[in-house]
Amino acid sequence: MSLLKIRNLSVTFTTSSGPFRAVDKVDVDVRPGEILAIVGESGSGKSVSMLATMGLLPWTATVTADEMSFDGRDLRAMSGKARRRLIGNDLAMIFQEPMSSLNPCFTVGFQIREALRKHTSLDAKARHARCIELFEMVGIPAPERRLKAFPHQLSGGMNQRVMIAMAIACRPRLLIADEPTTALDVTIQAQILDLLTGLQAETGMGLILITHDMGVVAETAERVAVQYAGQKVEDQPVDALFDTPHHPYTAALLAALPERATERHLPTIPGVVPGQHDRPAGCLFSPRCKFADDTCRTIEPPVQPPELGLALCHYPLHAPQEAKA
Amino acid sequence: MLKFFLSRLGTFIPTFLGVTLISFAFIRVLPGDPIIVMAGERGLSQERYEALRSQYGFDQPLYVQFWEYFTGVLQGDLGTSFVTNRPVWDEFFSLFPATLELSICAIIIAIALGLPAGVIAAVYRGKFFDRALMSTALIGYSMPIFWWALLLIIVFSGNLGWTPVSGRMGLLYFFDDVTGFMLIDSLLSGQEGAFGSAVHHLILPSIVLATIPLAVIARQTRSAMLEVLSEDYIRTARAKGLSPGRVNGLHALRNAMIPVITVIGLSVGTLLAGAILTETIFSWPGIGKWMVDSIFRRDYPVVQGGLLMIAVMVMFVNLIVDLLYGLINPKIRKR
Repeated sequence: MSLLKIRNLSVTFTTSSGPFRAVDKVDVDVRPGEILAIVGESGSGKSVSMLATMGLLPWTATVTADEMSFDGRDLRAMSGKARRRLIGNDLAMIFQEPMSSLNPCFTVGFQIREALRKHTSLDAKARHARCIELFEMVGIPAPERRLKAFPHQLSGGMNQRVMIAMAIACRPRLLIADEPTTALDVTIQAQILDLLTGLQAETGMGLILITHDMGVVAETAERVAVQYAGQKVEDQPVDALFDTPHHPYTAALLAALPERATERHLPTIPGVVPGQHDRPAGCLFSPRCKFADDTCRTIEPPVQPPELGLALCHYPLHAPQEAKA
Repeated sequence: MLKFFLSRLGTFIPTFLGVTLISFAFIRVLPGDPIIVMAGERGLSQERYEALRSQYGFDQPLYVQFWEYFTGVLQGDLGTSFVTNRPVWDEFFSLFPATLELSICAIIIAIALGLPAGVIAAVYRGKFFDRALMSTALIGYSMPIFWWALLLIIVFSGNLGWTPVSGRMGLLYFFDDVTGFMLIDSLLSGQEGAFGSAVHHLILPSIVLATIPLAVIARQTRSAMLEVLSEDYIRTARAKGLSPGRVNGLHALRNAMIPVITVIGLSVGTLLAGAILTETIFSWPGIGKWMVDSIFRRDYPVVQGGLLMIAVMVMFVNLIVDLLYGLINPKIRKR
């Protein structure tokens, strides 16, 4: 059974220039203990779909879904109070900017103990002990002293470790990491990723890694969902995705990886993700796709079967017919 | 923290020097001669005039006068009033408690109502409460204060008879000044009903004086909260599953307090300088009225000494505000 199961999720923002659909009919499935990567360019709705899952979107957002359940419990029918018992506890999230994601007015220790006080029955002494244990788990040296530090006294990498410690404090079943390494420098990025995968293996929690870095995906994920302009365009196990991408967008993303480049100039995907006012008819990727024809430009593409990576495409690549021909 | 405190205290010295000079110069720039004013309608002879000039030291060059004044100030001597012949220091401290009592009550009302109102308006932005509150605040802010005071007196003192029209205490009660604060003195006197009378007298002037700070605090709290509520760390707090009360009231409000504390500090500063209109309308014997009267009488020592004392009070409030910044947001302490 899926730990997190989302069917047909759409998120629409009310803006001063009319409604903007940031997430469009997305399905998400995560099994217990699985590492799912959600990949896509900026503005592809990766973060928004996960914030919708957490219930953290601002009031301008309207969330609709046919199904949205965590561990068999319907998230849509849940009261605000029941949802708040769930998030931060069984379902936790860390964010992109560690420096601004921690409250500057409180010590990091206070901010972790707060989560423990909300969700566990530990007394003050046990909470402190758990904090020390957590800091050791996430590799923060001198935990006693660091617990008393304010966020501005720690580096970005340290703050992200604090965020991770805070997120795993109540032993979540699923951790959503929203571009956890984007704001950090390269050497620290690898450390944080190792930490996340290590903790995942240790605790057996599910992990959703939102990223735009295919390199990160290849190293960490078990399964990959590719999102484009708010739609999920492909969903495959990581090896299969790298070997035989079925959606032209995935193929183009992979071709743009420096380590895969065969020519002197790195191939790019021309154009940008369509925004609020320039959404094409038919397939949203058609203006940038080198295989697109009139069908693509006029008719919305179907979802292909699982053996074709659930690709949202009229003409999926590496299809059996193509192989025969 | 001590270093922070000392460095702030260090900025006191140049400000103090400047204020001493300005308060000295201010009254002398105004046209008019204190000796002529003292003489009144009858006037006085040239010899008597010269004698008085030299008695008060006005025949000395200005820098000598300033030096005399300044060395006096450093020894705690603010001079003696021309009119009452009492030391300015004593006059100030016999009147200041009345102003302080009124200011404290007003600022308590303004904070107690303005802060929660601003928070609620920000949390429910665009909703009915928000719109209603912000329009009310705008009215409160732009309303002429003497008109508002008279309106309240007409309704609550005149028509309803709930509150007295003016003064600090009913005529039935008499007791010694111990602290100068009516609320405390009336309790200490042990006379039945005295405390109630003091409260009754305080209500209307406090409300009138609180009106503008209340509106400013509510609006400032709202805008600061709106800014903070879109911060990443608020999302983090919500992601922990914390209740809206805790997210808004602790995580957001604490960060929003910096600009709010600033306007509270500024309000306290202006309140301490004596609310001239309010004190006049309610015959409140505070320093606002005292200062205005002294300016008209060209009572040089009172005006320069009073201004200096007020400035020191305001500086002191600002120092407290600066220290509060550091307490609220440790990031500021570091700088």
